[in-house]
Amino acid sequence: MIDVKSLTKRYGSTVAVDGLSFEVRPGQVTGFLGPNGAGKSTTMRMILGLDRPSEGTALIDGTPYGALRHPLRKVGALLDAKAVHGGRSARDHLLCLAQSNGIPASRVAEVLALTGLTAVARRRVGGFSLGMSQRLGIAAALLGDPEVLLFDEPVNGLDPEGILWIRTLMRDLAAEGRAVFVSSHLMSEMAQTADHLVVIGRGRLIADTSVDEFIGRSSQAYVRVGGPRLPELARVLGGAGTVNGAGTRVEVTPHGDHLRVTGMSAAAVGEAAAGAGLALHELTPVAPSLEAAYMELTQDSAEYTGVRA
Amino acid sequence: MTGVLRSEWTKLRSVRSTVWTLLAAVALMVGFGLLLAFVSRDLGDEAGLTDATMISLSGSSFASLAVASLGVLVISGEYRTGMIRTTLLAVPGRLRMLTAKVAVFAVTAFAVALAASFAAFFAGQAVLGDKGAALGDPGVLRAVVGAGLLITASGIFGLALGALIRHTPGAIVAMTALIFVLPQMTGMLPGEWGATVRKYFTTNAGDQIVRVEAVDGQLGPWAGFGVYCAWIAVTLVAAAVLLRRRDA
Repeated sequence: MIDVKSLTKRYGSTVAVDGLSFEVRPGQVTGFLGPNGAGKSTTMRMILGLDRPSEGTALIDGTPYGALRHPLRKVGALLDAKAVHGGRSARDHLLCLAQSNGIPASRVAEVLALTGLTAVARRRVGGFSLGMSQRLGIAAALLGDPEVLLFDEPVNGLDPEGILWIRTLMRDLAAEGRAVFVSSHLMSEMAQTADHLVVIGRGRLIADTSVDEFIGRSSQAYVRVGGPRLPELARVLGGAGTVNGAGTRVEVTPHGDHLRVTGMSAAAVGEAAAGAGLALHELTPVAPSLEAAYMELTQDSAEYTGVRA
Repeated sequence: MTGVLRSEWTKLRSVRSTVWTLLAAVALMVGFGLLLAFVSRDLGDEAGLTDATMISLSGSSFASLAVASLGVLVISGEYRTGMIRTTLLAVPGRLRMLTAKVAVFAVTAFAVALAASFAAFFAGQAVLGDKGAALGDPGVLRAVVGAGLLITASGIFGLALGALIRHTPGAIVAMTALIFVLPQMTGMLPGEWGATVRKYFTTNAGDQIVRVEAVDGQLGPWAGFGVYCAWIAVTLVAAAVLLRRRDA
């Protein structure tokens, strides 16, 4: 388990990560989302002891990364697949990592097989394609059979086959009871992989919630209501174009043939209509895409917003 | 620590630059020794070269440059490729990592440099014949082993500068300046303080260990080498302090 508390990183007057607190629990994939420049990589580097936090702590099962005796046996991480010495063979790269953590050399052959790199094990990694480098990075992360895994933007630049492979792998690792923490700026990617989401913007926590809750909580989730007597129904629900005390908002769609009710469940709308004796022809809960929910949450916090022409 | 040392040995032996720079060091050491031995044999006393041992070890400053380049690459290569982050994930104790790197590199460099020094000595003496020195003569064995130590020390100097500067070209320039260019330029400094600076400046002090007999106005062999080691120690400590403090 990863436990991040009040983590802060300042570079001079710039605050890259600002009082971040969250947990990454075992047995699930936790997506770490935010626009580019939100502080995802900096947070991961602080968890891994590469960058020193200005304030706060990041613990792995109660211990700072730097105090772990054989860290690769506890935590596997893929930060940058191209961050390997190009002159070394894949096998030697993994062997030197294994030796430093008292992992038997036989495990190197295992992870090479697991990632499909056995045939190129003796080739210099400088000539690897991005997909192969990514596999090598994952082989290195899995070397110590760790309980905790961190992946920084693992699908960036991969072909569909590679993306599918990584997605399946992350799901499998979580199913084995490991804590999997994956960063991405692509909401659609996380929608298909993550169980839980930690969303940040400008270094601050925006949401820490399950994927389902995340969509549900978005103000764009609404109930589409159709029926023969819409004006009366709108009045029953609190009046068109108004927001009542409970936060319910009722709007008439542009064509005037439906109501759009926000802040009320479909069941509640149905009950209210029945109570007033009004027939309904349509009652549809509309969940926004995860993408839309994410855009809504992060639009204020995007570091670089393009100017619309 | 054994695991970390083995890991660093795997890293060192598995890149080509190690083999090439060490081969270059051996070739420079033996090649220059032979060249100067032939020149001084043919010119006789006109060459003004009297120390037969030092003649055969004259390649040591060039061999130092080659080994120091490897020293720089051992760590700056990790910064250039980003491998340093993978290394620090495996060994988060930064001083432990640096100590293992220095130890493995120093042992490897010394083994090669010592072999090259003996090879250069015997090859040179074979050329010089009657005028040559014998290993049993006073101070000769110390000078031959000293050449190996000097080259190894220069290598560690390179590694320390690589760790400090973290940038291959910058560290190579700094290394070349400190062990090769600036020591010669101190000869242009005027007056008594100039002579003092010259005497204590990096390899001007370190080179004394390759001389069979101490020269007037220069430091003794071990004192000189000690001064050179002090330069290296200061650089290494600065590198270690910054390594601990800086983000990787």
